[in-house]
Parts: sequence; C-alpha cells; structure tokens
Amino acid sequence: MSEKNMKSLTPEMFEFVGMNESAGEEMARERVGFWKDAVRRFRTNWGAMIGLFIILIIGFFAFAGPLMNGYDYESQNIAIQNMEPFEDHYFGTDSFGRDLWQRTWNGAQVSLQIAFLAALFDLLIGVTVGSVSGYFGGRVDMVLQRIVEILYSIPNLIIIILMLLIFEPGIIPIALALSITGWVPMARVVRAQILKLKSQEYVLAARTLGAGHRHILTRHLIPNVMGPIIIAVTFAIPSAIFFEAFLSFIGLGIRPPLASLGSLVFDGSKFLQIYPYQLFYPATVLCLIMLAFNLLGDGLRDALDPRMRK
Amino acid sequence: MDMIKYTLTRLGYMIVTLWIIVTATFFLMHSLPGTPLQNEEKLPPLIRDQIMETYGLNDPLPVQYMNFLGRLVQGDLGKSLTYDGRSVTEMLLEGFQASSFIGMQALVFGVVVGLFLGVAAALRHGGLLDNIATIVAVAGVSIPSFVMAGLLSYWVGVKWQLLPTALWGTYEHTILPSLSLSFFVIAQMSRYIRTEMVEVLDQDYMKTAKAKGLGRQAIIFRHALRNALIPAVTVLGPLAVNIITGSLVVETIFAIPGIGEFFVQSIQVNDYTLIMGVTIFYAVLILVTIFVVDILYGIIDPRIRLAGARE
Repeated sequence: MSEKNMKSLTPEMFEFVGMNESAGEEMARERVGFWKDAVRRFRTNWGAMIGLFIILIIGFFAFAGPLMNGYDYESQNIAIQNMEPFEDHYFGTDSFGRDLWQRTWNGAQVSLQIAFLAALFDLLIGVTVGSVSGYFGGRVDMVLQRIVEILYSIPNLIIIILMLLIFEPGIIPIALALSITGWVPMARVVRAQILKLKSQEYVLAARTLGAGHRHILTRHLIPNVMGPIIIAVTFAIPSAIFFEAFLSFIGLGIRPPLASLGSLVFDGSKFLQIYPYQLFYPATVLCLIMLAFNLLGDGLRDALDPRMRK
Repeated sequence: MDMIKYTLTRLGYMIVTLWIIVTATFFLMHSLPGTPLQNEEKLPPLIRDQIMETYGLNDPLPVQYMNFLGRLVQGDLGKSLTYDGRSVTEMLLEGFQASSFIGMQALVFGVVVGLFLGVAAALRHGGLLDNIATIVAVAGVSIPSFVMAGLLSYWVGVKWQLLPTALWGTYEHTILPSLSLSFFVIAQMSRYIRTEMVEVLDQDYMKTAKAKGLGRQAIIFRHALRNALIPAVTVLGPLAVNIITGSLVVETIFAIPGIGEFFVQSIQVNDYTLIMGVTIFYAVLILVTIFVVDILYGIIDPRIRLAGARE
C-alpha cells in the first residue's frame, strides 16, 4: 500500500468490533484425530496402497476364480495330463490332468483361510495373555512370562510339526498348530504397551471413578494398543502363509486332493525341469500374497506408529 | 558378575526348554498312528514280536521314556529303525557336514552382500541404489527360499546349464542351495544396516568426525559402520534360525544328503529314533545359536549390559 493510499483512509471507514472471546476457542479446521491422521498417512504410502490392491485382486480371484471356467479342483482327466495353458485351462493342467487354474485359486483360498484363522487365534490368545500379564503384573505376570519365555525359545517349526503329527491335517488344525507359538510375539507387544500405558492419568481417573479392571482393560487400555496389534496381525498373516507352505513341503500340510499354495509349489517343483509352468503360477500367487501383506504391514506401521518410522 | 549370572540363567532355561521338547516329542511321537515296521501285515507274529523286543518297543511307555532319557544324557540317540540299525548320532553327524556347509556359506554370503548393500543404500539415501536395496529387501522377505530354489534351479540350472541342479559332490553343487537360502539374509541384513546407518549418520559425533578433518572412508568405516553393526548383530540369531529351517526344504529340492532329508523321510516312515534324534538336534542347534548371539551382543555393545538386553 503506497503512501498516497494511506492518506485517503479516513477514520469513518473503520468500525469498532471489540474482542470476540469465543472465536479463539473455535476450531479453524476439522479435527484430525489419531485414526484420521493414520488413514491420511496410509493413503500417501504407495507401497501400502499397492499391497492393499494386490490383496484385493488376489482375494477376488481366490473366491471368484473357481467360478470362471467350468472345471473343479479335484476331477482328474487322463486325456489332458501335463498340458500347458490351452483353451479355458488358463494355467494348464497337472500330472493328473486336473485344472491348475482351479487348483491355484482354491489353493489361494485355503492358504488365506489358514492364515486369517491363525492370525485370529494369535490375536485372541496374544491380546488376552499380554494384557492380563501387563495389567495385573505380580505373580500372574511372573507365571505367564515364564511360559512365554519357554515357548519363545522352542523352535516353532518343531512344535508345529509335532502338533500336526497328531492332528489330522486340515485347515483348522494347521491354523491351531501355527498359533501355538504364533501368539507369543503378539503377547509380548501387547504386554509392553500395557505396562507403559497403565500408569497414565486416564487409567487413574477411570479407577477413581470406580471402573473395574475389566472395564479399564477393554475400554481404555486395549483400544490404545490397537495400532501395534493391527501391525502384528498384518505381519502374522504372511508368516502363517509361509509356514503352511513349508508344512506342505515336508508332507504335513493340506492333504490331497485339496490343495494349498504350498502344496502346489511343492508338486510343481517336482516336475520343474519338464513342466516349469506348474511351479510358476502357484509360486507367483504365493509370492504376491506374501509381498502384498509385507508391504501392507510396513505401510500400517508407518501410518499407525509414526515414531517407528525411519 | 552380572554377565556370569545371566549366562547361567540362560543356560538353565535352555536345559528346561530342551527337556520339555524332548518329553513332548517322545510322547507325541508314540501317539502317532502306525508303527515303524514296514510291511507289518506280512510279518509273522513271532518275528514281529522279536523286532519289537529288540528295540524295546514292547516296554510300557514310561519305561521306554526313562531308558531314552538315560541314553540321551550319555549322548546316545539310539539306532535308526529304518536304516538297518545305523546309529542315529552317526547319521546326524554325517548329514550335518553337508547341511552346515550350505548353511554357513549362505549366512556368510548373505551377511556380506547385505552389509554392502545396506551401507551403499544409506550413503545414497533416496538414490537409485537405495531404491534397489528397498526392492531387494521387500522381495527377499516375500519370496520363500523354496520358491527361490525352484527359480534358481530352473533358470541357472536347466535353462542356462551353468550349475548342477541337484545332488552333491563338488563345490558347484553347493552354490545354488546356498544362494537360495541367502536371499532372505541379504534382504534382512541390508534393511537393518540401512536403517541403522541412516540413523548413525545423523548423529552429532559424525559431525565431530567430519570437523576433525577425517577422510570419508575413516568416517564411514570407523565411526558409522561400527555403531550401525551393533544392532545388526541381534538379527543374526533369527537369520541363522531361518536358514536352519529353510535348509530342511531346500535340501529336499536339491536332493542333498543333509539332515533335512532324514527328517522328512523319518516322519513319513515313523522312524521313532530318527525323528527324536533330528528334533533334538535341531532344537539344540537353534537354542545354542540364539544363546551365542545374545551373549555376543552383550560383549560387543558395552552400553547394553545384559540385564537390559533381555527385555
């Protein structure tokens, strides 16, 4: 504003407004809470978005794929053994003439079911043990921590194999066997967080108002540990898929004619030199699922736990 | 003093853990359906009884258990039920030669490559190498070793005919199995080193080093890398365990006469003593590996005395 303009201003042009007491208290913008902030951070993470995208696509095919050609995963047809992809056998056929498209997506379905079930068991046991152990402390904590310590040091592969030797291998037994050791990391994470949170003022406030232990745990503490819990669950899924594949390899996984991605990769690797496509399709799907969940987990960690970000 | 106390406590835990594993394995194994006898229906009852008697399989379970524990303490794992009475200890030692060679080679190769990749990525923070390292890190964690094994043996072995795809004998036979196991190690190692290096490079003492007029190499290797290496040692344990686990399957794919092969077979034919032997062997191997790494960590990093390292 130039000197000349300034001179043209007259006192009449101004009006006395006074001070508005409440205006300072008003939010200028919409409130950005923890979850909103997390979603925003998550959205800008391209790795995580790719991961989510792959999971959605594979999830879609795992359930809709089997409907796309008229075959099923167990019918054998000797006339078309070991055929490379042709007509509507999009992935070709295996050594029994079974349609590989069907087997691959059915296998993906089985692998995902096992992984989600195992993650669910991990979640239930891990959160319960971890929160009880962290919140109550003392003798309860002592006992639970000794159990955790021993389970933690037993090689998980050995326990899993032993459990599957007695159970009949199927989706639920495999998921159970995986979570026998799988819940331990979850319990450790939750316990560490609860230990940190339980001395916060809001817990004291809740106690003072007469809230019971159960209420404090489920309404105040566990919701505040949700971030690390979600991250741990996301990483539990690829690990379960890996171990399931592993079990199929040593003959303790899903029993034929049912297939999982692991058993398909195993079958494929037997005829690798002659029919490489039998390995490549299921192996690609397996790797994509693992990749997607790892990317998603990394993204969630960045979004939900910005302090861990590096 | 703390160190000794910590070591002893850990040793105590190891023994308890091992005992639990042995006991659980023993009883679970005996609840398996079927017996270790081959062609059981065709065996005359007399011969059957005699075999059962020879191997002590007719005794009540608790007696068998006590006998087993007694022999175990003396380092005797018994005789295999399917390999014509060969001693399990002997078989394990034989198989371990192949397994350990492949495993160690994979670990060393993976750590060295991962180290270089991680350091390079951190120095070119945000650059091309950094992006490559990130991709390697994510891919290495996502592609299981047995898929790697399949891919390598197809491309390198079958398509390009560079290296043998299976069996055992010359040094060439060890390359592909080790490579497929080392991919995961490279991924994890480079990731850890990169994160630590980026953090360390940001520290005040790096500025001090620069201000003193030290050369770039001295700064990176003397000051940055040494501090970044310390946390990286902690991943060595889990990485070694991962290799041990992975070798079970990778050995099967490459038809290597290692322990993994015995293990897979012993489960399929109910060879009680061999299952026990391999399980115990793996358990000891894994427990000792983790133990050694934990102790190493305490020795290497003077800031973290072991009491703190436990949490």
